Amino acid sequence: MALPMLLTDHWYDIRDLSNLTNPLLDFVGDNISSELAYILGPLIGFIASFLIFVLPSQLYVGVYGERKLIGRIQSRLGPNRVGPFGLIQPIADAIKLMQKEALTPKTADTIIMNLAPVVFVAPAVLLFAVIPFGPRMIVANVNVALLYYLAVSSLPVLAAFMAGWSGNNKYSLFGAMRIVAMSISYEVPLVLAMLGVVLFTDTLSLQGMVLWQKEWDIWVGMLMPVAFVIYFICVSAELNRTPTDIAEAESEIVAGYLTEYSGMKWGLFYGMDIGYALAASAFAATVFLGGWSMFGLDKIVPPWLLLVAKTHLFYMIFIWTRGTLPRLRIDQLMAFAWKFMLPVALANLLLVATERMLWVDAFDSKQVFLFLFMIVNFASAAAIIYAWARFLGYKPENHPTKPRLVKEAGGYVPVGREVR
Amino acid sequence: MSFYDSWSALMIGTIAGFILVFTALIAARIFGPFASERGKGVSYECGMLPIGSRWAQVNVRYYLIAILFLIFDVEAVFIFPWAVTFVRQAEEFGMFVFYEMLVFIAVLVLGLGYAWRRGVLEWK
Repeated sequence: MALPMLLTDHWYDIRDLSNLTNPLLDFVGDNISSELAYILGPLIGFIASFLIFVLPSQLYVGVYGERKLIGRIQSRLGPNRVGPFGLIQPIADAIKLMQKEALTPKTADTIIMNLAPVVFVAPAVLLFAVIPFGPRMIVANVNVALLYYLAVSSLPVLAAFMAGWSGNNKYSLFGAMRIVAMSISYEVPLVLAMLGVVLFTDTLSLQGMVLWQKEWDIWVGMLMPVAFVIYFICVSAELNRTPTDIAEAESEIVAGYLTEYSGMKWGLFYGMDIGYALAASAFAATVFLGGWSMFGLDKIVPPWLLLVAKTHLFYMIFIWTRGTLPRLRIDQLMAFAWKFMLPVALANLLLVATERMLWVDAFDSKQVFLFLFMIVNFASAAAIIYAWARFLGYKPENHPTKPRLVKEAGGYVPVGREVR
Repeated sequence: MSFYDSWSALMIGTIAGFILVFTALIAARIFGPFASERGKGVSYECGMLPIGSRWAQVNVRYYLIAILFLIFDVEAVFIFPWAVTFVRQAEEFGMFVFYEMLVFIAVLVLGLGYAWRRGVLEWK
């Protein structure tokens, strides 16, 4: 059967959207000026990635979907008033935030306070530039994309510290100190987990990693489950997602570093938190879940659609953990980063390096070895985590208490129903 | 070199990001109300007048954590080039490349163990 199996160069093949723009860019570059083409190319790329990915995901997965899903997890309805099923809620939120007054305390450091949202939001656009949406759909195919991504994604910490310090508020300062301490603590195992990926794929380019996974028909997330889990936990700590959001824990320090912010300045922080979480999900989908490739399915389905689907799936885990897990204390979090994650990440790095050494010598059975490594890694992941948890003195609960229904509420026992 | 291989895209992205922020802030400036009132300029402290200055004392552990982070982040910077060129080096020098990094990591693990024993990682 003569299905159009490969992505062709024809402009009407919308599975790769770059086909639409390449002829235009070539025309501009040949006939008008090449400088204009160099400016036009990234502009089209940014606008396209914004339209097909960032904006819809931000509004309908990040704001609406998250609230709706958490509502369902907590036996609520979630937004359901504005428009059908509450679908216009995110737009209504944005309009409402614009109409709010942004207060600035008299004693605050005004310049830094106004600068903090700018520093927070501007790098978020840059994160999406290095994510490959398809074989040729990538805004900037940088050859050190992984390092670049790690560097840019740690910039919001600086903005958060600026926000917390400038507010002239004790809660803001504590929140800022906490977010800096936690981000830098979780940065270390994150980078060490990434090193394992770099060892196997031999490249720092994200496009190269996707091509490696496509070539060997395996996901890095399956090959290195420890690195994947470490990445998930660390990134949720760095992004202040709820099980680890001690920097804005409203039960301890009012709203952390955002205490003094209101109106659109707060809205930028809130909106771009979701933007960073989406970027982290897209990065995870690219590095660990095969990116735009899907074991041959990418020849039929548009590759960028596959990436968007994987990103949203990863984001769903964020929402799920946020809806189910209680918030952790700061001492638990810091101890977890340094005492558990870091040794496990180092052990994982050594294991992966050993396997890489073996893989160099496996000349004609590399695919078999790869699947063998996968099984070994899953087994060793369980072993490492169990052994290290036992070493630290963690004992699993042998007799878990089951939840049970009680007749009294809040200590009040109705007359005649006293517990004997 | 195609349009998609250039670092200039990132510069344009930076400019686009700043335009995005300033559009949102200017829109808020246009649509939002601005009325100055005496109580509005007071920083928030659970509804009461703030006591003292913002210079609250912060635990010294944050400083120790920062030092530890510096050590391990610099370590990661050193390991990244090793990881990228691992295969090429291994084909030339064999297992030596692996053992060398093992020694490097072992020294750092010793450092972590020392910090652990001295109680730097405890958060009390």
